[in-house]
Amino acid sequence: MANTTKDKMTSQKEKSEENLKVKIRDLNLYYGDNHALHAINMDLYKNKITALIGPSGCGKSTFLRCLNRMNDLIRSVRVDGQVIIDEKNIYDKDVDEVAVRKRVGMVFQQPNPFPKSIYENVAYAPLKHGLIKKGHYCDDLVEKSLIQAGLWNEVKDKLKEPGTSLSGGQQQRLCIARTIAVQPDVILMDEPTSALDPISTEKIEALMLELKEKYTIIIVTHNMQQAGRVADYTAFFHLGDLIEYDETETIFINPTEKKTEDYITGRYG
Amino acid sequence: MSSLMKKTNLNSKLNSSNKKTEVENPFYDPSLQKRHAHARRFKYFTMGSIIFAISFLVFFLGDMIVKGMPAFQQSYMLIDVTYNEKTIDSTRKAIDKKYRRIVSRAWLRDIPAMVEQDPSLMNTTQTSWVLVNHQVDQYMKGHYYKIKDKYLQTIKEKQAAGELELHFNTIFFTQGDSKIPENSGIKSAIIGSILTLIVTMVVAFPLGVMTAVYLEEFAHDNYWTQFIEVNINNLAAIPSILFGLLGLAVFINLFGVPRSSPLVGGLTLALMTLPIVIVSARAALRSVPDSIRQAGYGLGLTKIQVVQDHVLPLAFPGIMTGSIIGLSQAMGETAPLIIIGMIAFIPDSPDSIFQAATVMPAQIFTWAGMPERAYVERTAAGIMVLLSILISLNALAIYLRKKFEVNW
Repeated sequence: MANTTKDKMTSQKEKSEENLKVKIRDLNLYYGDNHALHAINMDLYKNKITALIGPSGCGKSTFLRCLNRMNDLIRSVRVDGQVIIDEKNIYDKDVDEVAVRKRVGMVFQQPNPFPKSIYENVAYAPLKHGLIKKGHYCDDLVEKSLIQAGLWNEVKDKLKEPGTSLSGGQQQRLCIARTIAVQPDVILMDEPTSALDPISTEKIEALMLELKEKYTIIIVTHNMQQAGRVADYTAFFHLGDLIEYDETETIFINPTEKKTEDYITGRYG
Repeated sequence: MSSLMKKTNLNSKLNSSNKKTEVENPFYDPSLQKRHAHARRFKYFTMGSIIFAISFLVFFLGDMIVKGMPAFQQSYMLIDVTYNEKTIDSTRKAIDKKYRRIVSRAWLRDIPAMVEQDPSLMNTTQTSWVLVNHQVDQYMKGHYYKIKDKYLQTIKEKQAAGELELHFNTIFFTQGDSKIPENSGIKSAIIGSILTLIVTMVVAFPLGVMTAVYLEEFAHDNYWTQFIEVNINNLAAIPSILFGLLGLAVFINLFGVPRSSPLVGGLTLALMTLPIVIVSARAALRSVPDSIRQAGYGLGLTKIQVVQDHVLPLAFPGIMTGSIIGLSQAMGETAPLIIIGMIAFIPDSPDSIFQAATVMPAQIFTWAGMPERAYVERTAAGIMVLLSILISLNALAIYLRKKFEVNW
């Protein structure tokens, strides 16, 4: 099993070495004594959407949070192995986790705008990072980010209103705008549409397809149709193992592993 | 299968034979009546305890108001007062002989000061409203009094002529404590309380909030923090008089802070308020949803940016509420102040936090121990003033919480 995964990966590697954005090498993660991720090896491609699927508790969210060191916030977590972004292991001693999270943005399951105005939601982090100064440039960045997130037309007249006054789908797009405003390379999305209605979900999915022109997107989803609709690559996790990782079409139509097939055909999950 | 069928058949037959006349009620349950009765009884008990508590409160407040209201009025008498060299020298000669046992000593004592303030009074005789002593005042209010018959005669004449009346008692709000009941007021205690509470808040609020922020946001969960946590919770339950001893030992004896001063009182009460502020601030910080912190960290913000700009503003209403409740508790505290010398006869209002002062509950305590009948109404009135300040502080707490609460 491990061999086949590795073989596949080598073939892909040969396919597009220069398009690699994130390389994960022997990533192990422990919650205290609990070994939650087992020696994950994976390559993520630039300007592609990679979906992580798998049953609950399989470690896909945990894995996602390794990519911007969000797991560092949990004290009992220990990580070993390498996550190499642009030829630099983000777990190296001389790498600041705050700097990692600036370049690897994150969107969460529940829309979580700050209880401030829409404008401040977008402008806050860039101002703190010193990317821009208050005033004209700041206004431009807010507008640009909101346009990119497809929210500008809906909120341009009420930028002073609290972000929490928007609908769920709009809030999630505001969160995406907020993430884009920091100008990351990679955007992680942890089940970004699971709290939203189908129409909002559709908008977010359309947005993801637009955003992949500029960013590398990794998305965790429970919804396999969603993975099928938006993802270029799909990885199937089960009980802390990466079972199979390939182009989405291959995974859905012609999976190598029995477990993947069972999960995709709905035999468990 | 068939045996089961038989059994049910048998059962239904039995049932129908038992109650032939009644219509079968499929919901009938004989135990229900008893269970409902039990629930009803329980409801009456709970209501009873509330009624019990409310009646006590109503009795207490009613008694306090009935006893305290008279203190807001004070008797004054219209008589001739002569101001000249002789009367300034010996103030009792300023008024007619027959009034000398009726007029307040405190008022007579102030004659030289009055002339000094308004020199045009010199060598004139003015007809003015003069403060009478507490026995006459008690007579006017229909309470128990001790007045000799010959004076009583004069008093009754004056009263009949409309020259002895109850006026609003400004002295109660403009004077400090006094051994002369009609001259005593709560002003110096109010000022003492305010200064003390300012010291308390300036010390307890930042210390408490900082401690809470550290414990909630920065500290890791280990034996040390658990030890600190247990001790903070225990501190809130320590008898307050022990804080007074601590204040005496540390602030007065070790650091030489002036005794009886609002500074030492405030510091002592701050020690007492600190655990309340910490516990409520921690609860407020904990109630801030974690998603806000995640959002901040996900954007690459540092810990201090997340805490300062996103977590603290959300926790602020809760922190304010807890602090104001701690403050009002400190305001009503008496026991620790006994030991650091704030419960004493202190007639003058303090000008700074280094001067001797007393506080409102201490003033009430002092008055309650006085033998004169006139202090009873002052005690009750003092309680009314203290309670109304406490209630307005709590109302402020509720208002602040509502105003700054962020709606999700």
